[in-house]
Amino acid sequence: MISPKAIRTWAWVHKWSSLVCTVFMLLLCLTGLPLIFHHEINHLLGTDVEAPAVPAGTPMADLDRVMETAKARNPTLGGMFVSREPDDDRVWYVTMSPTPTSDSGLKQVAVDARTAAPLAEPSLDSGFMYIMYSLHIDLFAGLPGTLFLGLMGILLVVATVSGVVLYAPFMRKLGFGDVRRERSTRIKWLDLHNLLGIVTLVWVFVVGATGVINTWADLVVKYWQNDQMAEMIAPYKGLPPPATHGSLQKAVTEALALEPDMKLGFIAFPGTSFSSPHHYTVFMRGNTPFTSKLFKPVLVDSQTGKVTDSREPPWYLTGLLLSQPLHFGDYGGLPMQILWAVLDILTIIVLGSGLYLWLKRRNPVVQRDLTEPERLAETPAGANP
Amino acid sequence: MKSGMWTWPIILGVLTTIGLLSALLGDGVWDALSWVTLGVPVAVCVWYGWMRRTKAAA
Repeated sequence: MISPKAIRTWAWVHKWSSLVCTVFMLLLCLTGLPLIFHHEINHLLGTDVEAPAVPAGTPMADLDRVMETAKARNPTLGGMFVSREPDDDRVWYVTMSPTPTSDSGLKQVAVDARTAAPLAEPSLDSGFMYIMYSLHIDLFAGLPGTLFLGLMGILLVVATVSGVVLYAPFMRKLGFGDVRRERSTRIKWLDLHNLLGIVTLVWVFVVGATGVINTWADLVVKYWQNDQMAEMIAPYKGLPPPATHGSLQKAVTEALALEPDMKLGFIAFPGTSFSSPHHYTVFMRGNTPFTSKLFKPVLVDSQTGKVTDSREPPWYLTGLLLSQPLHFGDYGGLPMQILWAVLDILTIIVLGSGLYLWLKRRNPVVQRDLTEPERLAETPAGANP
Repeated sequence: MKSGMWTWPIILGVLTTIGLLSALLGDGVWDALSWVTLGVPVAVCVWYGWMRRTKAAA
């Protein structure tokens, strides 16, 4: 049995961890809602890329031609990444930038993977989804914004755990799911807050914790570069970075030959944060639902077109990669997206009711309605109830 | 403490965990298992939160 003093301490932890993060969590829940359906929304807005029909059996275009197409659109920019949707190999998305490590001035060209014809130039920095995405990822403030949101996410996890501890004293005289509607509005919302909070607990905890892990993505990749990538490119240490690079198609062909049972995920160009100055890094994904979430990097020398090294991702990269689907809810089709959205809305109700309960905390009429443990939890730590 | 206070929270937590993992591990029937097991907590929220109208014990 939890002591009155412990209840007050946990109530204090729950109150302050929640109060600090609630506004940001509401923002994340609201902006996250359209992000769950980003494919569908882009389709409705007409901003997604449609690949035209081509005769069956049309071979894939050479990737060097694909790059020429992208380059013709952005003659002053260089290649950064080439990627495609996991379920659609008809379109390449070529991301280009002033330098391999630029984080502004990026352009993207969607190129038909069969004909190497330009299809579209999706905007990377405007539109409704860009605003939702930026508010959700970094509050338009880059890495500091991302890390700040991660800190708020840690507070959410603390609020979730302390909320579970407080569930017991609040439910002492209630059955599961009881909502006292005949009492005051505040009591009704207290019961709803406890009900929705405990039922959505595991989902909120997992989405919150994986969201926090995702905020460390840049740092994790940086660490991987200094750790495993540095070992793989050790033979190139001290060599000047080459001024020009060889065939991209050759690099991809070599990577596919090395891992014939894997599929191409994306390609990082030499000098980017996912590669070395001397290599194209071809990130291969597995063929099963589980391994398709994981990427195995294949480093291909950009001059010789020969594979330098390829290693299984270390545990911390695997953890980061697995925390992405668990946060996005994009791995179980439309029904899962809908469930994700409903759980997101339920979380908004838990956050909003928590805020409401705090705002209404000092109402004497309400105080009279409280049971003893509730009064303890409502009283600031150290004060005599 | 009311007996069995944690029974339903634990069952729902286990269902949610199964739902989060199964679609990650497979397609088809594994996705369907996810929809069902994640659907239960959602249904519980909606039922007890807004649909049940019996008088709760105070």
